[in-house]
Amino acid sequence: MKDDSGTLLTLAGYFALMSLFAIGGANAAVPEMHRLAVDVMHWMTDQQFANMFAIAQVTPGPNVLIVTLIGYHVAGVPGALVTTLAMCGPTCIFAFFVGRVWDRFKDAPWRAVIQAGLVPISIGLIAASALVVARASAISWTAVGLTLATAMLTYKFRFNPLWIFAVAALLGLFGAI
Amino acid sequence: MSETAPAEPASTAPTPTLLELFIAFATISLSGFGGVLAWSRRMLVEERKWMTAQEFNEAYALCQFLPGPNIVNLSVVFGRSIRGVPGALVALVGLIGPGVAIVTFFGFLYAVFGDIDALQRMFTGVAAAAAGLVISTAAKMAGPLVSQRFGGAHLVAAAAFVAIGLLRWPIYWVLAVLVPASFAIAWWSRR
Repeated sequence: MKDDSGTLLTLAGYFALMSLFAIGGANAAVPEMHRLAVDVMHWMTDQQFANMFAIAQVTPGPNVLIVTLIGYHVAGVPGALVTTLAMCGPTCIFAFFVGRVWDRFKDAPWRAVIQAGLVPISIGLIAASALVVARASAISWTAVGLTLATAMLTYKFRFNPLWIFAVAALLGLFGAI
Repeated sequence: MSETAPAEPASTAPTPTLLELFIAFATISLSGFGGVLAWSRRMLVEERKWMTAQEFNEAYALCQFLPGPNIVNLSVVFGRSIRGVPGALVALVGLIGPGVAIVTFFGFLYAVFGDIDALQRMFTGVAAAAAGLVISTAAKMAGPLVSQRFGGAHLVAAAAFVAIGLLRWPIYWVLAVLVPASFAIAWWSRR
């Protein structure tokens, strides 16, 4: 593993910058993570990215864990830690200070403008994430079918996604996908 | 003598200690699969009664529009409001610590056994399902926007989707243009 400090610095820089553009949560930055890891840096293949996204989804914890996996893949445990800290650090510091003054501006008109302005952006970003992840995992028509079936089932009904993941894993294991 | 400082949340329970904060956020983290919002509401509002539903919604609204991972931001905002800097750090480590340890272990397993054929086939299925879950999340988020009268917000959402999802442009340039544009539209449509 080419675990030089240059790689760690690259990870830290890219993900710290990316976190500031993740409007709507970690999943909003998934297209950018994919662009970086697959298209620009060639750290992994499309399918490896899809697999890592899947692992992060079946791991208990916040969605941000996808970046931990990318960091681990690129530079081992130091990479995992550096990438996670880079993705959380800047925005946590920002949240710390904004949280302190936020209540003071409860009725300020610009607050409503900021909120109203960011909602459509986060929707567009999450929709883009959905497309990127669906494309990366679409290795066959049956895989596309499973993606669409999962989307419809979880849209219509509320249940623990772990059940779906278990069924999907079995379908894959027995060669149905 | 009034003991309620105005900045503290008006909760019904006594102020949690640092250890209680850590345990609460670690529990939230370990109970939540594929995102932990529902669990954090349940823990903070219903079980521990550290926040009212109203306070939770306020804090969550803030963290939704702050950049970065929402729930991670929420842990910092909540931890800070309870116990300042140590509270924010403890809540943060409680939330991401266990998940980081587990997912790193999974990453290790994937690196060692990922090439096994049976495992590859299982991943194929789970990855396809995980993508479906993101589609339904996006659809649920878009619901309120879709039912609104067509306007600038729809164009902004569509532009973000096309530029980032289809054209695969870097997020930085896209948002450098779209965020100010979206603020302008939101400001203009309020007048």
